[in-house]
Amino acid sequence: MRLVLAEDSALLRVGLTQLLESRGFEILHAVDNAAALDEALADPAAEAAVLDVRMPPTFTDEGLRAAITAREARPGFPVMVLSQYVEALYARELFASGTGAVGYLLKDRVSDVAEFAEGVRRVASGGTVLDPEVVAAVMARRHEEPLERLTPREREVLAQMAEGRSNAAIAQRMVVTEKAVAKHINAIFTKLDLPVDEDDHRRVRAVLAWLRV
Amino acid sequence: MPVEPAPRAPTARSASRLRMTGYAALQVLLFVPTLLAFVLCAVGGALSLVVLGLPLLAIGMPLLRWTAQRHRVMAARCLGIEVPPGPRRTPPGEPLYGRLMLWARDPMTWRELAWALASITIGFTVSLAFLVLFLGIVTGLVWWYGTEPIMRGRARLDLMFLAYGRTERLEQRVAELTETRADVVDHAAAELRRIERDLHDGAQARLVALSMSLGLAEEAFATDPERARALVNDARTTTSAALTDLRNVVRGIHPPVLADRGLAGAVQALALDLPLPVEVEASLPGRPPAPVESALYFTIAECLANIGKHSGAGNAWVLMRHRDGILQAIVGDDGAGGADPGAGTGMLGVMRRLAAFDGTMTVASPVGGPTIVTLEVPCALSSPKTAPSSVSD
Ligand SMILES: Nc1ncnc2c1ncn2[C@@H]1O[C@H](COP(=O)(O)OP(=O)(O)OP(=O)(O)O)[C@@H](O)[C@H]1O
Ligand SMILES: [Mg+2]
Repeated sequence: MRLVLAEDSALLRVGLTQLLESRGFEILHAVDNAAALDEALADPAAEAAVLDVRMPPTFTDEGLRAAITAREARPGFPVMVLSQYVEALYARELFASGTGAVGYLLKDRVSDVAEFAEGVRRVASGGTVLDPEVVAAVMARRHEEPLERLTPREREVLAQMAEGRSNAAIAQRMVVTEKAVAKHINAIFTKLDLPVDEDDHRRVRAVLAWLRV
Repeated sequence: MPVEPAPRAPTARSASRLRMTGYAALQVLLFVPTLLAFVLCAVGGALSLVVLGLPLLAIGMPLLRWTAQRHRVMAARCLGIEVPPGPRRTPPGEPLYGRLMLWARDPMTWRELAWALASITIGFTVSLAFLVLFLGIVTGLVWWYGTEPIMRGRARLDLMFLAYGRTERLEQRVAELTETRADVVDHAAAELRRIERDLHDGAQARLVALSMSLGLAEEAFATDPERARALVNDARTTTSAALTDLRNVVRGIHPPVLADRGLAGAVQALALDLPLPVEVEASLPGRPPAPVESALYFTIAECLANIGKHSGAGNAWVLMRHRDGILQAIVGDDGAGGADPGAGTGMLGVMRRLAAFDGTMTVASPVGGPTIVTLEVPCALSSPKTAPSSVSD
């Protein structure tokens, strides 16, 4: 899979390139500023992007903006956004930029190489990956609709779905059978009034509803 | 800064003429109390050396304060300006002697005394002459045209005595600034200590543990690869924790989202992290200076944290706007109320921080709620930057 990588710190850029290449990704463009990123994202050969939020020239949130713009130009273009810190506000903006194919993670998560690579793959194939820290922040708002309608167990399952885990992984984490997880997920879909369609899209929609976007 | 009073919208001419005539009548009536106050104060002051004068002063001074304040208000109305600040307040429960000392030290006391003398002589004559003009039919014409100049003249005379002079205002300002500067220095020093402690106990300690784990792992690789792997795994966990600590420290110094999105966006982000719905409404056409922005952010953060901790509210809201050179933020909740800045350190701390920018924080929180905290900081907004449309909550 051919990726665009944007990261202004040379150390991290080299590290990420090595890491992703070791996991079978091809780095098409590795850039270090917003202007070069815009150019790289316009390359039709790019299949997905891994972006840092804070980059030159203003060192604020140009990576995030570039991601949102890229997804406007190419709806559904998979983007994994990395940052030194995460904000539920940014997660909402990012997830509002089209259904699915979005990831938002703390940079530290890269240290779990296998899980990070799996996350990028998941995003590239249309799924969502949300950092556990954002998930925890959203979880704290349990008084709100539509979360209120869910049982604590269902909320836990939804949180894990938001982090991008598969049914098998959720089952393993919660020490229950996969069938039990599937049952919870169905209950979540029903309670959130999500129309029946292909399973993966419903998963994404459930996460979006939960983020209230 | 005591800003120069802005002229009020001019009132209808005849109405103000009639009202001024009323003032003149009142001023003539106030002649007796003013005279009495002046005599009591003068005699009391002279006799105060032999103690006998003290009771006279205790009656004379409040009376003087009272008539002076009436004239201050009337003069300000005549000139269509804001009423200038009166004498400094004496703290309630202060013993007589202490009060007398405070009075003696306030330049306004001496101003009022001088005014009383002027008032019972020139001022009284002016007002009386004016009333006579009004009463005479022949002089009605003079009354018609003369009211404003005459009464404004008298008003200026009164205010010359009854408003603090430029030097005194500057002195007061210097005293205020000295106090807030000391607070700012204290605050900055305390912040640095806190940051140092946070780093020392958090990230620094974890990095030490990390380097130990890695050192042990290095030794274990040759003999016990399984153990080495476990140690490297530990090291990774410790690194994550150190990064989390550093992020928290950074958030406490200058939250990245504030740098990215300004006050409106950062408050929106704060609101999202609160376990109750918070409605955020901001109409800020630009950004305030960075230090003001940061002080306001931390103040609003404290108010929101308090709502989460103490209020038990079901809903909260934040309103931010800029008008007449003042940035106003209102943080409200529909919770239990009874907030008391004196009961903790959080609100007092941010109040002092705001005071450095001449900002104020007013807390209205009756028992039973709602709680409404109003923040006001005079500042200009920088030219608008293209802000991303914020998602409303
Ligand atoms: N929104 C609110 N609703 C009800 N009570 C409040 C609210 N905000 C503050 N209070 C009350 O006012 C007191 C003072 O608040 P303050 O923030 O100064 O201190 P604190 O929150 O108790 O401690 P800290 O120093 O950690 O901030 C609180 O102890 C609380 O009882
Ligand atoms: Mg508090």
